[in-house]
Amino acid sequence: MAKIVVDVMLKPEILDPQGNAVANALPRLGFNFAKSVRQGKRFEIEMDGEPTTAQLEEVEKAAETLLSNPVIENFVVRVEK
Amino acid sequence: MRVGVITFPGTLDDRDAARAVNVAGAQSVALWHNDADLKNVDAVILPGGFSYGDYLRCGAISRFAPVMNLVIDAANKGMPVLGICNGFQVLCESHLLPGALTRNSDLHFLCRDQEIEIINNETAWTSAYKSGEKIVIPLKNGEGSFQCDDETLAQLEGEGRVVARYVGQNPNGSRNLIAGITNERGNVVGLMPHPEHAIDELTGPTAQGLGFFTSILNAMVK
Repeated sequence: MAKIVVDVMLKPEILDPQGNAVANALPRLGFNFAKSVRQGKRFEIEMDGEPTTAQLEEVEKAAETLLSNPVIENFVVRVEK
Repeated sequence: MRVGVITFPGTLDDRDAARAVNVAGAQSVALWHNDADLKNVDAVILPGGFSYGDYLRCGAISRFAPVMNLVIDAANKGMPVLGICNGFQVLCESHLLPGALTRNSDLHFLCRDQEIEIINNETAWTSAYKSGEKIVIPLKNGEGSFQCDDETLAQLEGEGRVVARYVGQNPNGSRNLIAGITNERGNVVGLMPHPEHAIDELTGPTAQGLGFFTSILNAMVK
């Protein structure tokens, strides 16, 4: 069984109020390491067997169509062993 | 004249939108997200709410509802379509309108009466207003910050496709105070605040939202 991971992040130029809120909360808890925080989404997709090139292309297409909104987000698809 | 009002699972404002259509003098027609039939309507409203629980992204799942294929087709052929709040988000996800609506810049869900200025009164939904007219209607959303790239913004401004702007302090971080936009043809309009909640003074802050619904009636009669 293979696991395909799709990470979706807001594009760098898009304001991320949630990430900012997290960045502001960290020092309140005594964590002072963060210069900035960006928050994204991670999708874990399980498949039977090893994915074929055609299937990975389908995942890319799904990521572009549904999992992300290309107007404001970038995504990366990778296979996890 | 028949105006369809679509109900998705999680839609809230379909009844107010239907009532606004009827008060304006048109006939509202209830459409269900799973319908594969637009029931011969002359125009369509996508009302506010939390369709599909706002899962994934606001409007992202609704965009693939069976009725939306018909709406996208009809809109591309010139049918007037108005998306209010969640409806605006669905129109952006459907790529009928450019840009996207993201989390309010201060992360708070806003619910208040908001002054907006009508900028473009030549769309199918805004002809009852004067350009520059200021009206007060409710604004209530958590993800109302209009975002797009610089090129799209310049295009929207250059082509006069900003339909309405917030007056005063920016409530949600929208670029250029944008509260509503239209497509190139002017038949598809997306609006973040809610005109359907301001059609009489008994239930709304004003009756100044009614113009969106009388506009469409006028557009059809012409």
